[in-house]
Amino acid sequence: MRDYPSTAEMVVRQTRYQISYFFRVPVALFFTLILPLVMLVLFNALFGDDTVTIDGGEWSIRQFYTGGLAAYTAVSATYSNIGNMVPIRRDEGILKRWRSTPLPTWIYMVGLIGASVLIAFTGTILMLAMGYAVYDLSIVWAKMPAAFVTLLVGVASFAALGMALVSMIKTASSSAAVVNATILPLAFISDVFVATDQDSTLATIANLFPLKPFVNAFQDCFNPFVEAPAFALDKLAFVASWGVAGAVIAVKRFTWEPSGAAPRRGRRARQAAVDATA
Amino acid sequence: MAAIEVRDLHKYYGENHAVDGLSFHVEAGEVYALLGPNGAGKSTAVEILEGHRTATSGQVSVLGFDPAKVERDFRNRIGVVLQSSGVENEFTVREVIDLYASAYRSRRSMDDVLALTGLDAKADERVGSLSGGQRRRVDLALGIVGSPDLLFLDEPTTGFDPSARRLSWDLIEEMCAGGTTVLLTTHYLDEAEHLADRVGVMGDGRLLAEGTPASLIDGISGTLVSFQLPQGIEAVDAASIFSTVMGADVRVSGRLVEATVEHSTRVVHRLTGWAVSHDMELMSLSVTRASLEDVYLQLTTGGEPADA
Repeated sequence: MRDYPSTAEMVVRQTRYQISYFFRVPVALFFTLILPLVMLVLFNALFGDDTVTIDGGEWSIRQFYTGGLAAYTAVSATYSNIGNMVPIRRDEGILKRWRSTPLPTWIYMVGLIGASVLIAFTGTILMLAMGYAVYDLSIVWAKMPAAFVTLLVGVASFAALGMALVSMIKTASSSAAVVNATILPLAFISDVFVATDQDSTLATIANLFPLKPFVNAFQDCFNPFVEAPAFALDKLAFVASWGVAGAVIAVKRFTWEPSGAAPRRGRRARQAAVDATA
Repeated sequence: MAAIEVRDLHKYYGENHAVDGLSFHVEAGEVYALLGPNGAGKSTAVEILEGHRTATSGQVSVLGFDPAKVERDFRNRIGVVLQSSGVENEFTVREVIDLYASAYRSRRSMDDVLALTGLDAKADERVGSLSGGQRRRVDLALGIVGSPDLLFLDEPTTGFDPSARRLSWDLIEEMCAGGTTVLLTTHYLDEAEHLADRVGVMGDGRLLAEGTPASLIDGISGTLVSFQLPQGIEAVDAASIFSTVMGADVRVSGRLVEATVEHSTRVVHRLTGWAVSHDMELMSLSVTRASLEDVYLQLTTGGEPADA
């Protein structure tokens, strides 16, 4: 009998599998990578050379949008993508099938999360490259280490929050609604599409959630009024604490089977089971 | 050592006793079929043996492992064909076989798996484009890809056309010839009769009867006497009339009258004597040995007529 494949080999294989899975589902590909690029094109066509006044001065709106949309792409690739796709695979029984094999379950998770992190980086880099090539995005290289670290903290946290969301979504038919209901309204008050007044009530509300701090921390790396190295440590710590909370919920509540397969808890559910067999 | 050893297994969901004192064992190399109606507890029991559920109480040993511990070496030695479980639709048959094979220590070769499951011609098609029966073959392929010592088959041929069914029976027989132990659940009695060395009939979470298909049939010691309801007798009266005539419990479904009897010669004599004296013709009169279906119906409906 051969040995099991090495851990590295399995991690690479699972990650590759999850990435090619992603690229073969057109809807995931469109909403995660293509739609944010379309928005960049549209915003530039609509607002072109406008400026925006936040955080210490007046700066080009392109600089603002490109950073915001790049951060949003990273959230789409992790939080939204995981929240949309994993419940579908759970309902289809694909997760249960993997759990029947000798593949360690943590390697499946590493492949799944690793793939979405790589897709997030790809999407973000694509966005910045397009901004740089087509829309005069100015990149200050001294601030790029901060951009990289911010992105890393952001995608890790939003991937964990995506997994936590999966554990709370009962069926795949509700996943798209739950994902969008939790992220879209928040995006509108989190400086992704529109700049908000930092002293407004909306900004105060948005600052309770991790999206705005992440978007702002990433935008800082492209804000001409923020000096290099542009690390926003307080914001990153806040985002990371949300990520840790998400990871705790995900580890505690994640299931490999559709919720219909496991009997629900509670007296009413038990009574229903008794009635059904009577 | 037995491949599967189950003693006094219980699984409760609140007040609902899905498995309620189940005991049985399966020898290495044996094909064992669990038969039973929906809700009998077959799938729950099998899922406990696969390590997908934990038991409320009782002892379970599968290949010497405790499946509740979900050890990697345990999963490496079992193959699971789940009742309803998806496969990545966006991948080709070859890709999914290769992908799942990569999790195991002992892998069956791609050509082997494709040939055994009759999927050669479909190897490069996406799973999503296959028919229901072909997808079930992919399920089988993924079940055997790790050369398991023990294969769990949860209703493996549901939805198959007759030729696909024959093919998967052949496959299962071929697997067993190689020494693989099989635990099968099925609704199809002919499948159990064809494949299984031993059959366990389950109802209400426990075993109602167990044995080889032939011994089970012998066990109910009976002969089935059936005929078409003669003209002039209403279906509602038939049961009481023929119960008296034949001296046996009579079942009437549609125009068919049947009874499982101990002493068929005497019963047929009384029945035909009565028919002649009333100048009636008993169409399609037949006297046959009881089948596994009769055993099953008698056990799972508590001996009551199936249409009562």
